Amino acid sequence: MREQSMVPEPEFESYYGRQILKTPTWKTPDVPLYLFLGGMAGGSALLAEGAALSYRPDLERVARLAAAGGAAAGTVALVHDLGRPERFLNMLRVLKPTSPLSVGSFILAPFSALSGAAALSNLTGRLPRLGRLAGAGAAVFAGPLATYTAALVGNTAVPAWHEAYRELPFVFAGSGATAAGGLAMVFTPVAQAGPARRMAVGGAALEIAAAEVLLTRVGMVAEPYQQGRPGRLMRTARALTAVAAGATALAGHRSRTVSVLSGAACVTASVLTRFGVFEAGIASARDPKYVVVPQRERLRQRQAAEAH
Amino acid sequence: MTNSLWGRLDDVAGDAGYDDHPPRMGFFTDTSVCIGCKACEVACKEWNQVPDDGYLLTGMSYDNTGALGASTWRHVAFVEKSLDVSTVDLGLPAMGPPEGQGQATESGDNGIRWLMSSDVCKHCTHAACLDVCPTGALFRTEFGTVVVQPDVCNGCGYCVPACPYGVIDQRKEDGRVFKCTLCYDRLKDGETPACAQACPTESIQYGEVSELRQRAANRVHELHEKGVDVARLYGADPDDGVGGDGAFFLLLDEPEVYGLPPDPVVTTRDLGSMWRHVGAAAATLVGIGVASFVGRRR
Amino acid sequence: MAEAHPVGFQWVMEAKKRGATVIHVDPRFTRTSAVADVHVPIRAGSDIAFLGALVNHVLSNDLDFREYVVAYTNAANVITESYEDTEDLDGLFSGFDPETGIYDPVTWRYDPPEEMNAEERERAGELEQEERESTAGDHQQSHQAARSESHGSGGAPVSWKGRRDETLQHPRCVFQILKRHFARYTPEMVEEVCGIKPDQFREVAEALTSNSGRDRTTAFCYAVGWAHHSVGAQMIRTASILQLLLGNIGRPGGGIMALRGHASIQGSTDIPTLFNILPGYLPMPHADQHASLDEWVRGDEGKAGFWGNVRSYAVSLLKAYWGDAATADNDFCYDYLPRVTGDHSTYTTVKGMIEGSCKGYFLVGENPAVGSANGKMQRLGMANLDWLVVRDLQMIESATFWKDGPEIETGELVTEDIGTEVFFLPAASHVEKAGSFTQTQRMLQWRDKAVDPPGDCRSELDFYYELGQRIRDKLAGSTDEMDRPLLDLAWDYPAHDGEVDGQAVLREINGTGPDGAALSAYTELKPDGSTSCGCWIYCGVYADEVNQARRRKPHWEQDHVASEWGWVWPANRRILYNRASAAPDGTPWSERKKYVWWDAEQGKWVGSDVPDFVADRAPDHVPEDGAKGPDAIGGQDPFVMQTDGKAWLFAPLGLADGPMPAHYEPPESPVHNPLYGQQNNPARRKLDHPSNPINPSWSEVFPYVFTTYRLTEHHTAGAMSRTLPYLTELQPEPFCEVSPRLAAERGLEHGGWATIVTARTAIEARVLVTERLRSLRLGEQFVEQVGLPYHWGGNGISRGDSANDLVNVTMDPNVYIQDKVGTCDIRPGRRPRGRDLTAYVEDYRRRAGVDMEHPEEGGAE
Ligand SMILES: Nc1nc2c(c(=O)[nH]1)N[C@H]1C(S)=C(S)[C@@H](COP(=O)(O)OP(=O)(O)OC[C@H]3O[C@@H](n4cnc5c(=O)[nH]c(N)nc54)[C@H](O)[C@@H]3O)O[C@H]1N2
Ligand SMILES: Nc1nc2c(c(=O)[nH]1)N[C@H]1C(S)=C(S)[C@@H](COP(=O)(O)OP(=O)(O)OC[C@H]3O[C@@H](n4cnc5c(=O)[nH]c(N)nc54)[C@H](O)[C@@H]3O)O[C@H]1N2
Ligand code: SF4
Ligand code: SF4
Ligand code: SF4
Ligand code: SF4
Ligand code: SF4
Ligand SMILES: [Mo]
Repeated sequence: MREQSMVPEPEFESYYGRQILKTPTWKTPDVPLYLFLGGMAGGSALLAEGAALSYRPDLERVARLAAAGGAAAGTVALVHDLGRPERFLNMLRVLKPTSPLSVGSFILAPFSALSGAAALSNLTGRLPRLGRLAGAGAAVFAGPLATYTAALVGNTAVPAWHEAYRELPFVFAGSGATAAGGLAMVFTPVAQAGPARRMAVGGAALEIAAAEVLLTRVGMVAEPYQQGRPGRLMRTARALTAVAAGATALAGHRSRTVSVLSGAACVTASVLTRFGVFEAGIASARDPKYVVVPQRERLRQRQAAEAH
Repeated sequence: MTNSLWGRLDDVAGDAGYDDHPPRMGFFTDTSVCIGCKACEVACKEWNQVPDDGYLLTGMSYDNTGALGASTWRHVAFVEKSLDVSTVDLGLPAMGPPEGQGQATESGDNGIRWLMSSDVCKHCTHAACLDVCPTGALFRTEFGTVVVQPDVCNGCGYCVPACPYGVIDQRKEDGRVFKCTLCYDRLKDGETPACAQACPTESIQYGEVSELRQRAANRVHELHEKGVDVARLYGADPDDGVGGDGAFFLLLDEPEVYGLPPDPVVTTRDLGSMWRHVGAAAATLVGIGVASFVGRRR
Repeated sequence: MAEAHPVGFQWVMEAKKRGATVIHVDPRFTRTSAVADVHVPIRAGSDIAFLGALVNHVLSNDLDFREYVVAYTNAANVITESYEDTEDLDGLFSGFDPETGIYDPVTWRYDPPEEMNAEERERAGELEQEERESTAGDHQQSHQAARSESHGSGGAPVSWKGRRDETLQHPRCVFQILKRHFARYTPEMVEEVCGIKPDQFREVAEALTSNSGRDRTTAFCYAVGWAHHSVGAQMIRTASILQLLLGNIGRPGGGIMALRGHASIQGSTDIPTLFNILPGYLPMPHADQHASLDEWVRGDEGKAGFWGNVRSYAVSLLKAYWGDAATADNDFCYDYLPRVTGDHSTYTTVKGMIEGSCKGYFLVGENPAVGSANGKMQRLGMANLDWLVVRDLQMIESATFWKDGPEIETGELVTEDIGTEVFFLPAASHVEKAGSFTQTQRMLQWRDKAVDPPGDCRSELDFYYELGQRIRDKLAGSTDEMDRPLLDLAWDYPAHDGEVDGQAVLREINGTGPDGAALSAYTELKPDGSTSCGCWIYCGVYADEVNQARRRKPHWEQDHVASEWGWVWPANRRILYNRASAAPDGTPWSERKKYVWWDAEQGKWVGSDVPDFVADRAPDHVPEDGAKGPDAIGGQDPFVMQTDGKAWLFAPLGLADGPMPAHYEPPESPVHNPLYGQQNNPARRKLDHPSNPINPSWSEVFPYVFTTYRLTEHHTAGAMSRTLPYLTELQPEPFCEVSPRLAAERGLEHGGWATIVTARTAIEARVLVTERLRSLRLGEQFVEQVGLPYHWGGNGISRGDSANDLVNVTMDPNVYIQDKVGTCDIRPGRRPRGRDLTAYVEDYRRRAGVDMEHPEEGGAE
């Protein structure tokens, strides 16, 4: 008999330990970066609109550029990830509400255009009114852009993503805000960066809270978020987020150095979160355990319920 | 699209917009008579000109193609399973049958069971791959089957993790995804799919899904009568997580033993809820944005 | 059967669905076992002990189908007083000559009738003469082989029906001899020899006997798991005895199905590619014994049964070969027929190649460098030829051995030193030409051509026709007598689109009458030269000038016998000896098993099949004294190809290694024969050559048994599967299968490499550790078996060592087939390369004490 000192592995059968699901073909770093860029761009667009409304020109410029740049880079990442990039436009042939990727294309496309126009106008000073209008338009798409990617990954059979579909949008929203705020903190004078700091701190709080709920609610599927490389990524991200948010709250308004450092930390943490979430999903698809055990449990409960 | 995402759906093709369409066609794969000859795998490749899948000895019994994939649209699994039989002779792997153990399985040996099963795309009633495809490359045919149009697919890969059975996959060198078409071209000519045609033991039975479900129920009943209690249907229930499979199976063990998910659910069942959560999160983000600007100007 | 005959196996599955019990006896748990009701793991090479015990079980519990046995078999025949059994001689039958290793069957004969008529006396004299001849001089072996092989369509000719005791009480009657002979084949013995538990033995015995009798029948299927042994023919004989005792022959659902190999391997014995027979199982004439047509047919002519008309078949064959040139005056060109002078079987020929007596070789659709036992011998032989012609679909190992064979690697052969001129001619495959296959049910099925052959590929028919024409052109005008057989050949066939029409050949095989029209039955053949027929048993395949083999009426459009699908020899008869499906009085044994029966009103045999009997011979018919041929068949003699009309439980003639089966250990075995002092088949055919050393029995150096077999995914020597991506990916590498116990004993790792060694050589293969291979317990001894698929060689997409390089050549003395089992050692890791390999094997030989002076002996006895 082997020693049973450790917590016993959940018993499950499989076909030679082979994975049941297919590993997502989405490439790293393209896709996790895209997740990050979408969130960052979305948050930035909001920040830009607020800055414009509250007249913080430095903040507005940084945020406008971040939104536009993020969207553009995200589009590049997305196109690059396609197996047949030359067929990118096939995505815009139909709008399928059942496909978050399709829906996302119809968010990303206008957002890119509008945020780009707004940034251009802001940079060149041309057509300021139209530019503002474009900026406002981008802000409309900003929330969805930052969060729809949660539905994108959630709407798969990948256990770590699908089981987390309730919390992931909030994680992504929070992480997007952290990133947008952080980025703005890096490039904006402390005086104008107040909203950025608040956004970063608020986002961090949301992200940490949502991630916490996620881990407790999804059962064993939380494992991939806690173990191995994705576990390390997630833990580092959380620590970094917490420290950066703390530093921002305490000293962000006083020191440019603190502001830059914690802003950068926020951005990094957001990147790490996306990589963590992405890789946790991959890991959960690779291990048949995360398919079999929860489904068995579900069956057991259903049968138990039927028996009553 | 009027596709309902979940639950029982009796007219898949109709739901997909075909007014006048042939009956839903599919497979009943009765693994209790499969002899693992792999004629189905080879016939599929021959007919559909699918490339080879590499030459690798896996060590997984006689299965060297491993799983369904972009270049393996039929896959025969070989499950070697020891039967826990306490033996009289020490040092000898399970040999003699204890009384009454003999008829518990379909297999002839009491020390080991060798299960073979030919797997294929399930042509789900609610097909996640089809739901998530952003280009419409995946479509529902008039026969109720699910087919990829290679000339539309942009290789986004979304369908790959969406499939709860791990069926569809991308061909790396090509970028596009491939899977069983249920021999759409043959069906249109009123022909039987190549794999079913080649199967010598009628393990793969092709026909109208409604009729096949009946046949499958009878077969399970028959096997239970014979004492093969382990026989069960997989994917035949129109009320299951994918609304029932167009290609379903009779298995002699738990699905996961064959590499099948025990309780698959089409991911889009939760899509409404997903969008609601996304909406709420988006609103929260906007809220954070707004909140960031209220209060002290610092 | 599921592995190597998956398409045929669908009917086993169908039978199972309808309630049949499927029992699979095999050393390994295979795809067949997986769907069988019972799998009986058996030690390779021990089937006679198992089947013999079933015979014993039937006899000692009076479970035989007595009425059938008495009436239809030779159970009642009394054997001569001089016969001695293995019981008396510790494993030998009487008549064995230890010098030559050959049996003189004269003591196995039926007791002569109490009152012999003059003719019988004369026949007795002739027989003795023949038998004396056959056991003297250097042609004994070939004579024996020719004799047994020529019984492919019926038994050896006996001189008389002999004395019978239908009470089966006479101590020398076959029934009693059988009882005594098999008495020591007990369930306990089965456990000791085969490793099968008594419980499981009883389960099989019970299933078998309860499913036989008036109402039920049991069928046996076998292939090379039985055939490829030094006792192969006798393994099958044991099954025949069992089936006859249970009344399972000649009846629907009964029989012994030889699952044949290549799609038309049955066809290639009917119209043979064997050295010792001619079409229709006519024996090949022997240079010394058969100086004239009369002498050639003497053995069978005039005897009871359909073989009695042998002269008609022989003369018609000669007419088919030489047409108008064949006349009564010149013995129908009998002298043109080539003669055998000894054993010209394949392995002996290969030895001749090594020794330099055989200079040229045609390889047509065969890859002996991989497919034949002891690959090294094959390659050494081919390397010593003047010329070699290879006709194949692929560039096979047998065509490239001179540059990349294993002996080149070890330095045993050097390319520059090989003088063989190799001609490679591409062949058209079966879909690229029309023709017929004859499958295991003796059914001819015609295939049309699907596609044109690519490039220079040509069909065999075209090739040989043109080769013949070219040779004849070269010889044209020659006055040399030696060239007459070629110049006089009837060698003209119509061509379509530049290809010889295969149907014209089929029609020639079918035969034509005096009016030139196609014959419809072999009963129409004449001994006077007025008919011509290329193979008498195929007569009727072109009846009514229609290619009957091309009929394709599906089974759902006809009755269960489906007699309108293809054509079955003889006479489109689906079940042979089907007169036995009725009781002696002509009524069916039971309603359930009704098949062919006597209709008194019509005065003939009726049923859904073609009755295998003289159509109007009443069940109570007793032939007149002195009747010959078919006229001598009694109304209760269903086995119409036998001279006595009875099925033989005991073979008074025709087998080289005993009138009844006895268990002997394979030439290489880790086990002492528990049944007799005699370890091996004493009459086994050995091939004495230094390249064919035999592992000593009971050797601790070679402690394991190995057996070879097929995988569904590959075909034989592999050229037709290893070259195809879709098949190669399914089994991409050579492997061996071992039990977990053996793996532990030798430290073999699943997925790792192993080296398998015999006295011939060592090969490497990947390891599959699997419980499908069993450790067998024989008494105190464990026997481990290594499973080895034999499909690999050096060419193709997937390459690897050939299992056949491990296999020794020791042959069954009846049909000269090699053994598929042997002993070996197995070690983890890859084998040594180059010269290290020869040294490695040499070391094994030395340690095992292989006697290289007498390498064929193995030092067991
Ligand atoms: N897929 C495929 N089909 C084929 C062929 C092929 O190469 N591939 N080859 C064709 C040819 S040429 C032939 S002759 C037939 C042969 O057909 P089979 O005879 O069925 O072929 P094998 O696999 O050589 O042997 C059958 C079984 O005999 C078992 N066996 C070995 N030794 C013994 C023994 O001593 N006793 C018993 N009872 N069993 C033993 C082996 O484990 C194996 O499972 O198949 C034909 N069909
Ligand atoms: N150890 C071991 N050895 C065995 C056996 C075993 O069980 N164990 N089984 C034995 C048996 S039963 C057999 S039958 C042999 C088989 O051994 P072989 O007959 O030597 O092997 P095959 O690969 O069948 O060779 C047939 C060749 O014919 C070619 N071919 C196919 N069609 C045509 C055609 O129409 N015309 C021509 N010209 N060529 C064609 C193919 O490409 C192939 O190379 O192996 C025997 N060897
Ligand atoms: S099994 Fe997978 S690939 Fe097939 S239809 Fe269902 S979701 Fe699509
Ligand atoms: S990879 Fe092709 S088929 Fe799959 S979802 Fe994308 S476009 Fe559709
Ligand atoms: S239905 Fe056609 S495409 Fe699908 S597995 Fe069968 S042969 Fe292949
Ligand atoms: S063809 Fe039929 S019997 Fe053969 S492996 Fe496929 S499903 Fe099984
Ligand atoms: S290869 Fe041909 S002959 Fe052999 S089982 Fe298949 S169909 Fe029959
Ligand atoms: Mo064969």
